This record gives sequence, structure tokens and C-alpha cells, in this order.
Amino acid sequence: MSVLAVEGLRAWYRTSALGVSRDVRAVDGISFTVEADEIYGLAGESSSGKTTLIKTIAAATQPPLEVVAGTITFTFPGGAIEMQRADRRTLASIRWRHLSYIMQGSMSVLNPVRRIRHAFVDFAFRHIGEPKPRFFETVRAHLARLRLEPDVLDAYPHQLSGGMRQRVTIALATVCRPEFIIADEPTTALDVVVQKDVLAMIREIQRELGSSILFVTHDMAVHANLADRLGIMYGGRLVEEGRTADLFRSPRHPYTAHLIASLPRVGDTTPKAGLSGAPPNLADPPAGCRFHPRCPRASDICRREVPPLEPLAPGHRVACFHPEPA
Amino acid sequence: MRSFLALLKSNRQFASGVVLLALVAGFACLSFFSPYPPNDSFVVPPDLPPSPEYWFGTTSRGQELFWLLTFAIRNTLVFGIVVAVLSRLLALLIGLVAGYAGGWVDRLLMSINDTFIVIPLFPILVLFYFVLKDHMSWGLLALMMAFLGWSYDARLIRSVALSLRHREFTETGIFSGMSTRQILVEEHLPYVLPIVFSTTMNNINWSIGLEVTLSVLGFTDINTPTIGVMIYWANQHTALVAGIWWWIFFPVLLVVMTFIGLFLLAVSMNEYIDPRSRLGRSER
Amino acid sequence: MTGYPLYLLTRLGQFALVIFIGINIAFVVTHATPIDPVEQSIAASTQFGSINPEAVEMMRQSLKELYGLQGGLWDQYVTFWRRIAAGDFGPSLSAFPTPVSILIGRALPWTVALLVISTLLTWVLGNLLGGLAGYYRRNRALRFAGILAMAFHPIPYYIVAFLLLIVFGYLWPILPISGGYTMNMEQDWSAEFILSLLRHGLLPVASLALVGLGGWFMGMRSLVSNVVTEDYVAYAELAGVERSRILRSYVMRNALVPQVTGLAISLGSIFNGAIITEQVFGYPGVGTLLISAVHAGDYSLVLGITTVSIIAVSFAVLLIDLAYPLLDPRVKAR
Repeated sequence: MSVLAVEGLRAWYRTSALGVSRDVRAVDGISFTVEADEIYGLAGESSSGKTTLIKTIAAATQPPLEVVAGTITFTFPGGAIEMQRADRRTLASIRWRHLSYIMQGSMSVLNPVRRIRHAFVDFAFRHIGEPKPRFFETVRAHLARLRLEPDVLDAYPHQLSGGMRQRVTIALATVCRPEFIIADEPTTALDVVVQKDVLAMIREIQRELGSSILFVTHDMAVHANLADRLGIMYGGRLVEEGRTADLFRSPRHPYTAHLIASLPRVGDTTPKAGLSGAPPNLADPPAGCRFHPRCPRASDICRREVPPLEPLAPGHRVACFHPEPA
Repeated sequence: MRSFLALLKSNRQFASGVVLLALVAGFACLSFFSPYPPNDSFVVPPDLPPSPEYWFGTTSRGQELFWLLTFAIRNTLVFGIVVAVLSRLLALLIGLVAGYAGGWVDRLLMSINDTFIVIPLFPILVLFYFVLKDHMSWGLLALMMAFLGWSYDARLIRSVALSLRHREFTETGIFSGMSTRQILVEEHLPYVLPIVFSTTMNNINWSIGLEVTLSVLGFTDINTPTIGVMIYWANQHTALVAGIWWWIFFPVLLVVMTFIGLFLLAVSMNEYIDPRSRLGRSER
Repeated sequence: MTGYPLYLLTRLGQFALVIFIGINIAFVVTHATPIDPVEQSIAASTQFGSINPEAVEMMRQSLKELYGLQGGLWDQYVTFWRRIAAGDFGPSLSAFPTPVSILIGRALPWTVALLVISTLLTWVLGNLLGGLAGYYRRNRALRFAGILAMAFHPIPYYIVAFLLLIVFGYLWPILPISGGYTMNMEQDWSAEFILSLLRHGLLPVASLALVGLGGWFMGMRSLVSNVVTEDYVAYAELAGVERSRILRSYVMRNALVPQVTGLAISLGSIFNGAIITEQVFGYPGVGTLLISAVHAGDYSLVLGITTVSIIAVSFAVLLIDLAYPLLDPRVKAR
């Protein structure tokens, strides 16, 4: 049983002002699964809909964002939960204990006027439920395992550096040993040296806890480093998905091929070409395949019909009428 | 002009404020048509309640309340506006200089500014009256109040200036060779004007409030009719006890209309400036 | 030197600056006018009859000494400051020979009590309601409370006090409208006395509170609606933290911080409001004392009260400034 199963998910921003309705189709028909003990990377450019997707999966949607269709099902040891149908109490009970979240802005995810220790109490105490002194022992042991000084608990967020804060946030997100962690661009705001540390930390904690991680970033190099499987998003849809090695070695979708080709490689001096055109306007997306206006291989059917996401090889799905040769 | 009308249509608070103020201002303009000079007394029978002949009744000094009130509100409004304009000059000067110059100039000016915010003005104004007694004039009072009342607004203007200085479009403007004057007028003024407008409304409220308070105590020139002076005379003649409630009611009504009107304008202007609240409104 | 000690020093410096400038203004106002308080006092006392010129001259001399107006401007300035440092404002003319400091000392506790109670009440209540209104945006009761609070806010203290006086003094006389306590009652700490204190204090406090609530309410409401969009609040919600805890620890705690600064800034105007409110209700504080001093032409008393007001308000602001870092640990002296 997959830990996360997303089926036909559509999540739109629906606004209506002065008589004009507008639907921004940020997530428009996405189905995928995440298995236990794997890191699933989600890649795509800025307006591909990745952030909307994970917000929806975490059931953190607020108007005008609305789930229009589809299901999101988590399967934890206690049972299966369909996120759209779950009530507040169920959600509160799984949050942090089974499903946690690492957010992007390490700057400001921690309460600035309270010490770090209170964040642990607020987020984790109700799940770990030991008397306070033992709770703190557990927390300190956890911090020590992640090679963080225990006195970081007594600090205020502004007293820590950006990298330190992010590592504390990771410790915070993993202290309850959740089965599923959503990581939203956790290293984007950090410099390369700190990035390496943080990534190492994530890899280590994943190996130890056996959690599944849904790792979102536009940085393909990070995906190459970390992800077991990789899903490429474009224009609100998944266009390709497969084992990371397979995707890098032989990307089948033209968009993926371009992404991979644009990565600098040591010794490679060929000039890189940019993709012409711009990402689709999700309020008024092109018909058929969303990539067709920029695709060198586009044909008539691409303009009319939506290519289905289908396996071209075991474990490798592509949504394209003219995939690249293997 | 166009944005004024748009604001009028979309923002109920702004519209209500404008309506209230228009009523008050219109009433004040009626003073130019008064059949009685403001300081004449006993021109009509005293202590008459409101009636079709004397719309707002008459006072114990034989003045028709309606016409007296037109003068009173006019003087009060004029006083308030004068103080607000004078203190605008100080507030703009200090606020803009502090915000744009930054560094030690900013720190020095803000220390002085904070001093004036903290110092309780009322005792000083009372002291001022005390030493001047009968030589107290409206002009002097206005000057004194402007001299003391700029600090709160100066701080607001300074924070606008600070944020403007660091905004990207300022630096872009500098890089593209716009002159300082151009930058100030074309890029910055549209941000500064709304806050100047809202602080002016608040300042008028403040100065009128202070004028009413001082006059009620008799600490100003009680021979010029203003709202506060009217209440002063009403109290002197124990109007409430004698049952001449209209002498108090109508001045208070008018001045409360003025306060609420100005307040609504200031608040709606503040909301207009804050883009987040504007977005919130379009989503509803 | 960083952190709190530096902050402390800056705040103390500001405090000293306020006192310095404030008292200098008082000096300028009293000494730089063409009106001579000595002549004014003499004119007031010789109004009803004639006194022989030598007596007048003696009076002039003693008044000059009393008012510290001997010698050139610089001597007067030095005398002025020296007296303030010693807390000596001279004897009150209207209550001769009681020293001004005694009179102020009697009235000050009343004003302080009134201010502390009404300010705390207004600030806490206003922020609480405003915070709730900012968080629970659709709650109709809160929205209504907001409109009510905002209706009173722009109205000056005098008019609200006056209106309360009319309502509770004439139309519906269930509360006393003058004095600080029932006259001729024993001033011990008996329950009776305390009750009488409360009854007499109710209207002044209510008057100040009605005007002040709106300001805090509006400020907190807008602060909270901004804080609610911050990342740390979103994160706590993602972590399933209980709503009440988020409201308390994450939203209110952060939104309250600027309100503390706001409190320090508005103390001056709250004090002004208290003075006039006392006068309306005949409350035996510094405000009533000041007004009657003016009417009695009591120069030393007026000057004394002005000076003490400046010092007292600045001191209160200093206290708030010093407590501020407790709420906001990010403070570093600038």
C-alpha cells in the first residue's frame, strides 16, 4: 500500500470579482503515488503548480484555492485517511505525528517572540505525551542525533543563523518520527555549503526513520542527489515520472529532456539553448498538451488532445504523443 | 479627481465621511448669510426652545442659536485647518528630512520627535494661557499648538520616506538618471500624499478637540464664538440646570459630526493606502 | 556593549532629554512672555481696595523671590532648575502657606490611580477585543463592538465626559458625578470607603475608557490580520497546533509588541484626557487642581503641576520602554 495516493487531483484558484469569474488551474489532473521509505522529488519551474500541489496534499487550502476534483489518500499504520473528507480532529491528530512539513522560508517559520523550546512543546508534546522532563529528554536526544547542540532549545529564532534555523526546523519536523514528510524547497534560501549540510541531514534522517519524503524543488541538481523517484510538473500537470537515474539518463518528455540538457556538466562546453516562449497562463491554458506552444516536436494531435500519463517502461511514465527516443 | 470619485463610490466609509463634512462645511458657509453679527447679544428673546421661527432656539444671551452656531462652527473649522496646515509644514519637514537623510540626522530628529510625543501638551497649553491671560489670541494659540503637535505625524511621514528611499524603483530612477526633484515629485509624492491627507484629518480632529477643551474651560478668547466657547457660555449660564438643553445639544451635535466625518476620511484613506486591505476587498 | 545594557542606557538618555526639553519649554513659556506674573498677582490682590505703596513694594519683592524671578534671565534659569531638583515649588498662593509640593502630593495619587486603572483596562480590553476581531473576522458581535468602539474614538475626552455627566447626572442619576469619595467619609481602608471610591471612580474611568478603546481595538485588529498571514502562523497551523494556542502564543503575542510601543506614545494624550475628565467630574486629582489654580491665579501651583506632569509622564514612558524587551526579545539598541 502506498503511503500517499493522489488520484485525479484538480485544485483551482477560483476568484470572482465585479461579475468576472476566473479559474487559475494550478493543479489540473494529477495522479501519482509515493511509497514507503522513498524520497519522491517533485520538479518544475516557478509557475508549474508544485506549491499548490503540496498545499493541497497537506490539506492547507484556503479560499480562493479549492479542490475541484480528485482524492488524496494517506495510509498510515493506524489506517487510511482521505484528506478531503477528514474532519478537523482527525487532521489534527495526524498532523506532525504522521505527516509533517518542512517549509521554505527558514527565516520566519518559527515564532520570533518565543524560544525554540516552545515550538517543540507546541508542535510535538501532544503526540509524544510523556511528562515534560522526559519529553525534553527525548527532544534533546533527537537533537543530539542530528548533531545539534541541546542549548539551541533556549535560543530565540533570530539568534540562530539561517542554516541553523533550517536544521532546527528539520529536527522539529522529524521529532515525532512521522511516516510522511513534505519538504518544500528546504534549501533554496541557503548558500551552497549550508545546503550540503541540510541535504545530508535530510538523507540521514530519512534513512533512519524510513519515512517517505515528498521533496519539492526546482533545483535539478538537488534531485539528482537526493530523490529516488522524480516527477516533473509542467503547467499544472505531471509530464514525466520515473526513477531518478532513468530520468537523467534518458528523459523521454521533451520538457524533461530540455531540463536535463540545460544542467551544466564538467567538461561539457556546448552552448545551452533556452526554451522559447513562456510557461502557460494557468488561467487560460492552451488546449491539449500544455507544452505544445514551446515544443519542437508538437503536432496536430498535441494541440487538440491531452496526452495521458502512461508507462513507456516499467516505473517510467510519460505524458507525450511524441516522446524522445530511449 | 478621478480617484476621488472612484473612492467615493467604492468606499462607504469615505463616502459617509465626505457627506458628514459637506453638511458641516455647508452649515459653516451659511454664516456669511447671517442676519446678526456674531457678537451681538439680546437681539432676540432669550431662552426660547427650538421652533419654526427659531430653528435651534435661542440662548440666554438673546442670540439665535442657529446663526450663532454657523459662526461657531466656521471659526472652529478654520482654527483646526490653520493648525493642521501649520503643523503639516513642520511634520513634513522633519519627517521627510529624517526619512531621507537617515543616519545620525535621523536619530537626532527622532529623539527630539519622541520628546514632543511624550510631553503632555495640555498642562503646557494651560500654562501658556495662564501667563498670557487676556492677551491670548487665536493666532498665538494656533502657533503654539502647531509647534507642539507635529511630532506624531512626523514619525508616520518619516517611515514612508524611509521605505521609499530603499525601494527599488527609487534606485532604478537614480540609475536611469532622473533628477532628485523628478524622483521626489513623480515617484514618491503619490505615496506621501495619502498619508499627509490622513494625518491632516487626524490633526484637525486633534486641534479642534483641544480647542473645544480649552475653550470650555475658558482658557481661550471667549469673545469669539467657537464651539468650545459656546459650551463655555452655556455652562456659565447653567444651561443644563435651567433646562436650556438646545444650547448644548446643537453645538455638540455639529462638532461630533465633524469629528466622525474627519475620522472616517482618515480611516478610509489609511485603508486605501494599505494594499493588503484593498486586495481583501476585491476578494469579497 | 550590546543588548539590554545598551538599550537601558539609550532609554535613560531619552528620558533625560524629554525632561530637559519639557522643563525648558515650561521655562520659556513662563519667562519669555511680556506678562509679568508678579504684576499680575499684585493686580489680583490689590483689586479690591488700595494698599500703601510700600506694602506693595514689599509684596513685589517677596513675590519675585517666591517666583524665582530675581536677577537676570540666567539667574532665573539657574534658580528654576535648582528648585525643581529640590522638589521645591514654593508655597501656593491660593492655599497660602501650604507648599505646592504638598498640594500636588495630595492630588497625585488620585490621578495616578485613575490613569493606571483606566489605561490598563482600556489597553487590555481594547487589544483583546481587537485581536479577536482580527482573527475571527466574520464574528458579528465583534464587528458590532468594533463599530461602537470606533464611534467614540474620535470624540474628544471632554465631550464624552460631558455626555456621561449628562446621562448619569441628570437623566439617570445612579452614579455620583463629583468628588473622589462620599464627602465626610472616614478615609480608612474599610470596605465602605473602598466601595465609595469605586463608585466615584466609575464614571471618570468609563469616560477615559470609551474614548481609548477604539484606538487600541482598531490597531490590534489590523495588526492581527497582518500577523495571521505570517509564515510562522501558517507553519503552526500546518502542524495542527490548537487554534486557541495559535491565537494566544503566535498571533496575539506578536501583534501585542507594537501596541506596547503605542502605549508609551499615547501616554501623553491619555494624561491630557485625564486632566479634563477629572475637571468634569470634580475628581480630586491633579487635573482639577490645575484648573482651579489657573482660576485662582496661583502661579507657583500651575508651574509646579506642569513640571510634575512632565516628569511623571516621562517616567511612566520610561517604565514601559524598559519593560518592552520582555515582550520582544529581538530588541537591540539602535
